[in-house]
Amino acid sequence: MCLAVPMEVVEIKGNMATVQVGDVQRRACLDLVDTFPEVGDYLIIHAGYAIHRIDPEEARKTLEYFKEILEYEVSG
Amino acid sequence: MKYRDEYRDPELADRLIKAIRQRSRIPVRLMEVCGTHTVAIFRAGIKTLLPETITLISGPGCPVCVTAQEDIDRAIALCREPGVTVATFGDLMRVPGSESSLHQEKAQGADVRMVYSSLDALDLARRLPHRRVVMLGIGFETTVPTIAAAVRQAKQEGLTNFLVLSAHKLLPPAMEVLLSATEVRIDGFLCPGHVTTIIGTEPYQDVVKRHGKPCVVSGFEPVDVLQSIHMLVCQMEEGRREVEIQYTRGVHPQGNPRARALMDEVFEPADAAWRGLGKIPDSGLNLRPSYSAHRAENHFALVVPPAREIPGCRCGEVLRGACTPLDCPLFRQRCTPTHPYGPCMVSTEGTCAAYFKYHTA
Repeated sequence: MCLAVPMEVVEIKGNMATVQVGDVQRRACLDLVDTFPEVGDYLIIHAGYAIHRIDPEEARKTLEYFKEILEYEVSG
Repeated sequence: MKYRDEYRDPELADRLIKAIRQRSRIPVRLMEVCGTHTVAIFRAGIKTLLPETITLISGPGCPVCVTAQEDIDRAIALCREPGVTVATFGDLMRVPGSESSLHQEKAQGADVRMVYSSLDALDLARRLPHRRVVMLGIGFETTVPTIAAAVRQAKQEGLTNFLVLSAHKLLPPAMEVLLSATEVRIDGFLCPGHVTTIIGTEPYQDVVKRHGKPCVVSGFEPVDVLQSIHMLVCQMEEGRREVEIQYTRGVHPQGNPRARALMDEVFEPADAAWRGLGKIPDSGLNLRPSYSAHRAENHFALVVPPAREIPGCRCGEVLRGACTPLDCPLFRQRCTPTHPYGPCMVSTEGTCAAYFKYHTA
Protein backbone atom coordinates (compact mmCIF):
# COMPACT_ATOMS: atom_id res chain seq x y z
CA MET A 1 0.00 0.00 0.00
CA CYS A 2 3.01 2.25 0.28
CA LEU A 3 3.30 1.88 -3.45
CA ALA A 4 4.23 5.21 -4.97
CA VAL A 5 5.36 5.99 -8.48
CA PRO A 6 7.53 8.69 -10.06
CA MET A 7 5.40 10.78 -12.43
CA GLU A 8 6.22 13.83 -14.54
CA VAL A 9 4.42 17.11 -13.94
CA VAL A 10 2.71 18.31 -17.14
CA GLU A 11 0.54 21.07 -15.66
CA ILE A 12 0.04 22.91 -12.37
CA LYS A 13 -3.11 24.75 -11.32
CA GLY A 14 -3.15 26.05 -7.77
CA ASN A 15 -2.46 23.16 -5.43
CA MET A 16 -3.23 20.50 -8.05
CA ALA A 17 -0.91 19.09 -10.68
CA THR A 18 -1.54 16.89 -13.69
CA VAL A 19 1.09 14.18 -13.64
CA GLN A 20 1.94 11.58 -16.22
CA VAL A 21 3.72 8.26 -16.56
CA GLY A 22 3.67 6.56 -19.96
CA ASP A 23 0.16 7.13 -21.32
CA VAL A 24 -1.43 7.45 -17.88
CA GLN A 25 -2.37 10.88 -16.59
CA ARG A 26 -3.59 11.61 -13.09
CA ARG A 27 -4.31 14.56 -10.87
CA ALA A 28 -2.16 14.93 -7.80
CA CYS A 29 -2.56 17.25 -4.83
CA LEU A 30 0.50 19.31 -3.93
CA ASP A 31 -0.45 20.04 -0.29
CA LEU A 32 2.15 17.62 1.08
CA VAL A 33 5.09 17.91 -1.28
CA ASP A 34 8.34 19.03 0.35
CA THR A 35 9.55 21.26 -2.53
CA PHE A 36 6.98 22.93 -4.76
CA PRO A 37 7.47 21.56 -8.28
CA GLU A 38 7.61 23.03 -11.76
CA VAL A 39 6.36 21.56 -15.03
CA GLY A 40 8.88 18.89 -16.10
CA ASP A 41 9.80 17.88 -12.54
CA TYR A 42 9.25 14.31 -11.36
CA LEU A 43 7.18 13.72 -8.27
CA ILE A 44 6.61 10.61 -6.19
CA ILE A 45 2.85 10.14 -6.10
CA HIS A 46 1.05 8.19 -3.39
CA ALA A 47 -2.74 7.87 -3.13
CA GLY A 48 -3.44 11.06 -5.05
CA TYR A 49 -0.82 13.20 -3.32
CA ALA A 50 2.72 14.18 -4.29
CA ILE A 51 4.91 13.26 -1.32
CA HIS A 52 8.35 14.07 -2.76
CA ARG A 53 10.05 15.96 -5.56
CA ILE A 54 12.88 13.95 -7.11
CA ASP A 55 16.19 15.76 -7.29
CA PRO A 56 17.57 14.69 -10.70
CA GLU A 57 21.14 15.38 -9.65
CA GLU A 58 20.79 13.15 -6.59
CA ALA A 59 19.32 10.35 -8.71
CA ARG A 60 22.15 10.57 -11.25
CA LYS A 61 24.84 10.61 -8.57
CA THR A 62 23.63 7.44 -6.83
CA LEU A 63 23.43 5.46 -10.01
CA GLU A 64 26.90 6.50 -11.11
CA TYR A 65 28.37 6.01 -7.68
CA PHE A 66 27.18 2.44 -7.63
CA LYS A 67 28.38 1.75 -11.14
CA GLU A 68 31.84 2.95 -10.04
CA ILE A 69 31.85 0.83 -6.88
CA LEU A 70 30.91 -2.18 -8.93
CA GLU A 71 33.64 -1.58 -11.51
CA TYR A 72 36.10 -1.60 -8.65
CA GLU A 73 34.69 -4.51 -6.68
CA VAL A 74 33.91 -6.93 -9.44
CA SER A 75 37.14 -6.34 -11.33
CA GLY A 76 39.21 -6.03 -8.14
CA MET B 1 10.27 5.36 -18.07
CA LYS B 2 12.52 7.75 -16.24
CA TYR B 3 13.55 6.82 -12.69
CA ARG B 4 12.33 3.30 -13.26
CA ASP B 5 13.89 1.59 -16.26
CA GLU B 6 17.46 2.34 -15.21
CA TYR B 7 16.74 0.58 -11.91
CA ARG B 8 15.56 -2.50 -13.76
CA ASP B 9 18.74 -2.81 -15.81
CA PRO B 10 19.55 -6.56 -15.92
CA GLU B 11 23.25 -5.94 -16.49
CA LEU B 12 23.56 -3.72 -13.44
CA ALA B 13 21.53 -6.21 -11.40
CA ASP B 14 23.82 -9.01 -12.51
CA ARG B 15 26.91 -7.08 -11.47
CA LEU B 16 25.35 -6.32 -8.11
CA ILE B 17 24.61 -10.00 -7.51
CA LYS B 18 28.25 -10.82 -8.30
CA ALA B 19 29.40 -8.10 -5.91
CA ILE B 20 27.13 -9.41 -3.15
CA ARG B 21 28.42 -12.95 -3.69
CA GLN B 22 32.02 -11.77 -3.50
CA ARG B 23 31.44 -9.74 -0.39
CA SER B 24 29.15 -11.89 1.73
CA ARG B 25 30.92 -14.25 4.16
CA ILE B 26 28.98 -14.01 7.45
CA PRO B 27 25.53 -15.67 7.37
CA VAL B 28 22.93 -12.92 7.87
CA ARG B 29 19.17 -12.71 8.18
CA LEU B 30 17.79 -9.48 6.75
CA MET B 31 14.22 -8.35 7.20
CA GLU B 32 12.45 -6.39 4.50
CA VAL B 33 9.95 -4.47 6.61
CA CYS B 34 7.75 -3.21 3.81
CA GLY B 35 5.18 -5.25 1.87
CA THR B 36 5.99 -3.39 -1.34
CA HIS B 37 9.57 -4.68 -0.96
CA THR B 38 8.31 -8.23 -0.40
CA VAL B 39 6.45 -8.11 -3.70
CA ALA B 40 9.40 -6.51 -5.53
CA ILE B 41 11.77 -9.21 -4.18
CA PHE B 42 9.49 -12.02 -5.31
CA ARG B 43 8.65 -10.50 -8.67
CA ALA B 44 12.32 -10.11 -9.56
CA GLY B 45 13.23 -13.55 -8.17
CA ILE B 46 15.86 -11.96 -5.93
CA LYS B 47 15.77 -14.71 -3.27
CA THR B 48 16.91 -17.32 -5.75
CA LEU B 49 19.84 -15.17 -6.89
CA LEU B 50 21.37 -14.49 -3.49
CA PRO B 51 24.14 -16.60 -1.95
CA GLU B 52 23.24 -19.06 0.81
CA THR B 53 24.72 -16.72 3.40
CA ILE B 54 21.81 -14.29 2.96
CA THR B 55 18.29 -15.04 4.17
CA LEU B 56 15.54 -12.52 3.52
CA ILE B 57 12.64 -12.48 5.98
CA SER B 58 9.37 -10.69 5.27
CA GLY B 59 8.18 -8.34 7.98
CA PRO B 60 5.02 -6.64 9.21
CA GLY B 61 4.89 -3.92 6.55
CA CYS B 62 1.56 -4.65 4.89
CA PRO B 63 -0.95 -2.24 6.46
CA VAL B 64 -4.00 -4.30 5.58
CA CYS B 65 -2.37 -7.47 6.97
CA VAL B 66 -1.46 -5.98 10.36
CA THR B 67 -4.92 -4.48 10.88
CA ALA B 68 -6.34 -6.24 13.92
CA GLN B 69 -9.39 -8.44 13.50
CA GLU B 70 -11.40 -6.20 15.84
CA ASP B 71 -10.70 -3.19 13.62
CA ILE B 72 -11.92 -5.10 10.57
CA ASP B 73 -15.05 -6.06 12.54
CA ARG B 74 -15.52 -2.41 13.54
CA ALA B 75 -15.35 -1.29 9.89
CA ILE B 76 -17.94 -3.94 8.99
CA ALA B 77 -20.22 -2.83 11.85
CA LEU B 78 -19.87 0.72 10.59
CA CYS B 79 -21.01 -0.03 7.04
CA ARG B 80 -24.19 -1.58 8.48
CA GLU B 81 -25.16 1.74 10.12
CA PRO B 82 -28.01 3.53 8.34
CA GLY B 83 -27.02 6.53 6.24
CA VAL B 84 -23.34 5.56 6.16
CA THR B 85 -21.12 5.37 3.11
CA VAL B 86 -17.79 3.67 3.80
CA ALA B 87 -14.83 4.71 1.63
CA THR B 88 -11.86 2.38 1.63
CA PHE B 89 -8.68 1.51 -0.22
CA GLY B 90 -9.32 -1.60 -2.29
CA ASP B 91 -7.19 -4.14 -0.45
CA LEU B 92 -9.32 -4.03 2.67
CA MET B 93 -12.53 -5.02 0.89
CA ARG B 94 -11.98 -8.76 0.89
CA VAL B 95 -10.23 -9.17 4.24
CA PRO B 96 -12.32 -11.62 6.25
CA GLY B 97 -13.57 -10.29 9.56
CA SER B 98 -14.94 -12.55 12.27
CA GLU B 99 -18.16 -13.17 10.33
CA SER B 100 -18.16 -11.17 7.14
CA SER B 101 -16.12 -8.86 4.93
CA LEU B 102 -16.75 -5.40 3.49
CA HIS B 103 -17.08 -7.09 0.11
CA GLN B 104 -19.85 -9.38 1.39
CA GLU B 105 -21.60 -6.47 3.08
CA LYS B 106 -21.52 -4.52 -0.17
CA ALA B 107 -23.06 -7.49 -1.99
CA GLN B 108 -25.84 -7.40 0.60
CA GLY B 109 -26.55 -3.74 -0.02
CA ALA B 110 -24.17 -1.77 2.21
CA ASP B 111 -22.75 1.36 0.62
CA VAL B 112 -19.02 0.56 0.49
CA ARG B 113 -16.95 2.43 -2.07
CA MET B 114 -13.40 1.72 -3.17
CA VAL B 115 -11.33 4.87 -3.41
CA TYR B 116 -7.88 5.51 -4.77
CA SER B 117 -7.29 8.59 -2.62
CA SER B 118 -8.69 10.39 0.41
CA LEU B 119 -9.55 13.14 -2.10
CA ASP B 120 -12.13 10.78 -3.64
CA ALA B 121 -13.68 10.26 -0.21
CA LEU B 122 -13.84 14.04 0.28
CA ASP B 123 -15.63 14.32 -3.06
CA LEU B 124 -18.13 11.70 -1.92
CA ALA B 125 -18.82 13.74 1.22
CA ARG B 126 -19.44 16.83 -0.94
CA ARG B 127 -21.74 14.98 -3.33
CA LEU B 128 -23.67 13.08 -0.64
CA PRO B 129 -24.43 15.75 1.96
CA HIS B 130 -27.18 13.66 3.56
CA ARG B 131 -24.94 10.67 4.15
CA ARG B 132 -22.05 10.30 6.52
CA VAL B 133 -18.96 9.31 4.55
CA VAL B 134 -16.43 7.38 6.63
CA MET B 135 -12.92 6.94 5.29
CA LEU B 136 -11.21 3.87 6.73
CA GLY B 137 -7.81 5.15 7.84
CA ILE B 138 -5.52 2.24 7.06
CA GLY B 139 -1.85 2.69 6.31
CA PHE B 140 1.56 3.63 7.62
CA GLU B 141 3.35 6.96 7.72
CA THR B 142 3.30 7.19 3.90
CA THR B 143 -0.49 7.28 3.83
CA VAL B 144 -1.25 9.09 7.10
CA PRO B 145 -0.45 12.60 5.75
CA THR B 146 -2.86 12.06 2.85
CA ILE B 147 -5.66 11.29 5.30
CA ALA B 148 -4.60 14.21 7.51
CA ALA B 149 -4.75 16.56 4.52
CA ALA B 150 -8.31 15.43 3.77
CA VAL B 151 -9.41 15.87 7.39
CA ARG B 152 -8.00 19.38 7.52
CA GLN B 153 -9.68 20.20 4.21
CA ALA B 154 -13.01 18.85 5.51
CA LYS B 155 -12.73 21.02 8.62
CA GLN B 156 -11.93 24.10 6.53
CA GLU B 157 -14.90 23.46 4.23
CA GLY B 158 -17.22 22.61 7.10
CA LEU B 159 -17.84 19.15 5.67
CA THR B 160 -19.14 17.72 8.92
CA ASN B 161 -20.26 14.51 7.18
CA PHE B 162 -16.66 13.50 6.40
CA LEU B 163 -15.42 11.11 9.11
CA VAL B 164 -12.38 8.93 9.62
CA LEU B 165 -12.09 5.59 11.40
CA SER B 166 -8.38 5.55 12.19
CA ALA B 167 -6.52 2.25 12.33
CA HIS B 168 -3.26 3.86 11.19
CA LYS B 169 0.01 2.35 12.34
CA LEU B 170 3.57 3.55 12.80
CA LEU B 171 6.35 1.22 11.67
CA PRO B 172 9.39 2.00 13.89
CA PRO B 173 7.62 0.87 17.12
CA ALA B 174 6.86 -2.47 15.41
CA MET B 175 10.53 -2.87 14.44
CA GLU B 176 11.46 -2.26 18.09
CA VAL B 177 9.01 -4.93 19.24
CA LEU B 178 10.40 -7.48 16.77
CA LEU B 179 13.93 -6.83 17.97
CA SER B 180 13.02 -6.93 21.66
CA ALA B 181 11.33 -10.29 21.27
CA THR B 182 13.84 -13.07 20.76
CA GLU B 183 11.59 -15.23 18.61
CA VAL B 184 13.15 -14.22 15.31
CA ARG B 185 16.80 -13.42 14.70
CA ILE B 186 17.15 -10.29 12.60
CA ASP B 187 20.64 -9.00 11.73
CA GLY B 188 19.66 -5.98 9.65
CA PHE B 189 16.76 -4.14 8.09
CA LEU B 190 15.83 -3.10 4.59
CA CYS B 191 13.87 -0.05 5.72
CA PRO B 192 10.72 1.08 3.92
CA GLY B 193 11.45 3.71 1.26
CA HIS B 194 8.23 5.69 1.17
CA VAL B 195 7.60 5.59 4.91
CA THR B 196 11.06 7.14 5.25
CA THR B 197 10.22 9.75 2.60
CA ILE B 198 7.92 11.12 5.30
CA ILE B 199 9.61 10.28 8.63
CA GLY B 200 13.29 10.60 7.63
CA THR B 201 16.08 8.43 9.02
CA GLU B 202 16.13 9.63 12.63
CA PRO B 203 13.68 7.00 13.98
CA TYR B 204 16.06 4.22 12.83
CA GLN B 205 18.98 5.70 14.79
CA ASP B 206 17.42 4.11 17.89
CA VAL B 207 17.38 0.71 16.19
CA VAL B 208 21.09 1.09 15.46
CA LYS B 209 22.00 2.50 18.89
CA ARG B 210 19.87 0.24 21.06
CA HIS B 211 20.04 -2.98 19.11
CA GLY B 212 23.16 -2.59 16.97
CA LYS B 213 21.34 -3.57 13.78
CA PRO B 214 22.27 -1.89 10.48
CA CYS B 215 19.48 -0.18 8.56
CA VAL B 216 19.43 0.68 4.85
CA VAL B 217 16.51 2.64 3.41
CA SER B 218 15.72 1.02 0.09
CA GLY B 219 13.94 1.88 -3.13
CA PHE B 220 11.58 -0.54 -4.82
CA GLU B 221 13.09 -1.55 -8.15
CA PRO B 222 15.24 -4.70 -8.40
CA VAL B 223 18.49 -2.74 -8.64
CA ASP B 224 17.46 -0.67 -5.59
CA VAL B 225 16.85 -3.77 -3.50
CA LEU B 226 20.10 -5.41 -4.63
CA GLN B 227 22.09 -2.24 -3.90
CA SER B 228 20.52 -2.09 -0.46
CA ILE B 229 21.40 -5.72 0.27
CA HIS B 230 24.93 -5.00 -0.90
CA MET B 231 25.13 -2.00 1.44
CA LEU B 232 23.88 -4.08 4.38
CA VAL B 233 26.36 -6.85 3.61
CA CYS B 234 29.22 -4.33 3.41
CA GLN B 235 28.23 -2.83 6.78
CA MET B 236 28.20 -6.22 8.44
CA GLU B 237 31.40 -7.49 6.83
CA GLU B 238 33.16 -4.28 7.89
CA GLY B 239 31.65 -4.31 11.38
CA ARG B 240 29.79 -1.03 10.83
CA ARG B 241 26.31 -0.37 12.26
CA GLU B 242 24.70 2.64 10.61
CA VAL B 243 21.61 4.06 8.99
CA GLU B 244 22.26 4.51 5.28
CA ILE B 245 19.99 5.63 2.45
CA GLN B 246 20.14 3.77 -0.83
CA TYR B 247 16.93 5.42 -2.08
CA THR B 248 18.38 8.94 -2.20
CA ARG B 249 16.14 9.97 -5.11
CA GLY B 250 13.09 9.41 -2.91
CA VAL B 251 14.28 10.17 0.60
CA HIS B 252 15.87 13.11 2.39
CA PRO B 253 17.54 12.26 5.71
CA GLN B 254 15.19 14.75 7.41
CA GLY B 255 12.10 13.26 5.69
CA ASN B 256 9.26 15.51 4.61
CA PRO B 257 8.74 18.09 7.39
CA ARG B 258 5.71 19.61 5.68
CA ALA B 259 3.84 16.30 5.56
CA ARG B 260 4.91 15.49 9.13
CA ALA B 261 3.68 18.82 10.45
CA LEU B 262 0.26 18.18 8.96
CA MET B 263 0.23 14.66 10.36
CA ASP B 264 1.07 16.05 13.83
CA GLU B 265 -1.55 18.77 13.52
CA VAL B 266 -4.34 16.28 12.86
CA PHE B 267 -3.26 13.08 14.64
CA GLU B 268 -1.85 12.18 18.05
CA PRO B 269 -0.09 8.94 19.04
CA ALA B 270 -2.21 6.20 20.60
CA ASP B 271 -1.76 2.57 21.55
CA ALA B 272 -2.70 0.23 18.75
CA ALA B 273 -3.44 -3.48 18.37
CA TRP B 274 -1.56 -5.23 15.56
CA ARG B 275 -2.38 -8.60 14.11
CA GLY B 276 0.47 -10.88 15.10
CA LEU B 277 2.24 -8.36 17.30
CA GLY B 278 -0.46 -7.51 19.83
CA LYS B 279 -0.87 -4.14 21.48
CA ILE B 280 2.07 -1.77 20.96
CA PRO B 281 2.20 1.51 22.92
CA ASP B 282 2.12 4.67 20.82
CA SER B 283 2.19 2.74 17.56
CA GLY B 284 -1.16 4.04 16.32
CA LEU B 285 -2.82 7.40 15.69
CA ASN B 286 -6.08 9.02 16.72
CA LEU B 287 -7.53 12.31 15.56
CA ARG B 288 -6.61 15.11 17.98
CA PRO B 289 -9.37 16.71 20.08
CA SER B 290 -9.38 19.74 17.75
CA TYR B 291 -10.47 17.40 14.95
CA SER B 292 -12.72 15.17 17.07
CA ALA B 293 -15.82 16.20 15.08
CA HIS B 294 -14.41 14.03 12.28
CA ARG B 295 -13.78 10.98 14.47
CA ALA B 296 -16.12 8.19 13.37
CA GLU B 297 -16.09 6.69 16.90
CA ASN B 298 -17.71 9.87 18.23
CA HIS B 299 -20.71 9.44 15.95
CA PHE B 300 -21.49 5.75 16.35
CA ALA B 301 -21.58 3.30 19.21
CA LEU B 302 -19.55 0.63 17.49
CA VAL B 303 -19.89 -2.30 19.82
CA VAL B 304 -18.44 -5.43 18.28
CA PRO B 305 -18.34 -8.89 19.85
CA PRO B 306 -14.86 -10.20 20.73
CA ALA B 307 -13.01 -10.94 17.51
CA ARG B 308 -12.85 -14.51 16.34
CA GLU B 309 -9.45 -15.45 14.94
CA ILE B 310 -9.42 -17.65 11.87
CA PRO B 311 -8.77 -21.26 12.95
CA GLY B 312 -5.48 -22.58 11.61
CA CYS B 313 -4.42 -19.27 10.04
CA ARG B 314 -0.77 -18.40 10.71
CA CYS B 315 -0.81 -14.82 9.36
CA GLY B 316 0.29 -13.54 12.78
CA GLU B 317 3.50 -15.56 12.70
CA VAL B 318 4.07 -14.74 9.04
CA LEU B 319 3.88 -11.04 9.94
CA ARG B 320 6.55 -11.48 12.64
CA GLY B 321 8.81 -13.39 10.28
CA ALA B 322 8.45 -16.40 12.62
CA CYS B 323 7.31 -18.71 9.85
CA THR B 324 6.77 -18.58 6.10
CA PRO B 325 3.47 -19.26 4.34
CA LEU B 326 4.87 -22.66 3.38
CA ASP B 327 4.61 -23.64 7.07
CA CYS B 328 0.88 -22.87 7.20
CA PRO B 329 -1.45 -25.87 6.71
CA LEU B 330 -4.07 -23.68 5.01
CA PHE B 331 -1.66 -22.21 2.44
CA ARG B 332 -2.49 -23.22 -1.16
CA GLN B 333 -4.88 -25.84 0.25
CA ARG B 334 -7.88 -24.02 1.64
CA CYS B 335 -6.39 -20.50 1.52
CA THR B 336 -5.88 -19.07 -1.98
CA PRO B 337 -6.23 -15.59 -3.50
CA THR B 338 -9.73 -16.48 -4.73
CA HIS B 339 -10.73 -17.91 -1.32
CA PRO B 340 -8.51 -16.16 1.19
CA TYR B 341 -8.66 -17.13 4.87
CA GLY B 342 -6.20 -14.59 6.19
CA PRO B 343 -5.28 -11.01 5.23
CA CYS B 344 -1.76 -11.93 4.07
CA MET B 345 -3.39 -13.83 1.20
CA VAL B 346 -5.87 -11.03 0.41
CA SER B 347 -3.62 -8.02 0.11
CA THR B 348 -1.59 -7.66 -3.06
CA GLU B 349 1.31 -6.86 -0.71
CA GLY B 350 0.69 -9.78 1.60
CA THR B 351 3.50 -12.28 2.05
CA CYS B 352 1.16 -15.23 1.43
CA ALA B 353 -0.14 -13.69 -1.81
CA ALA B 354 3.47 -13.14 -2.95
CA TYR B 355 4.43 -16.74 -2.13
CA PHE B 356 1.31 -17.99 -3.89
CA LYS B 357 2.03 -16.04 -7.03
CA TYR B 358 5.79 -16.35 -7.31
CA HIS B 359 7.13 -19.17 -5.16
CA THR B 360 7.67 -22.43 -6.95
CA ALA B 361 8.67 -25.27 -4.68
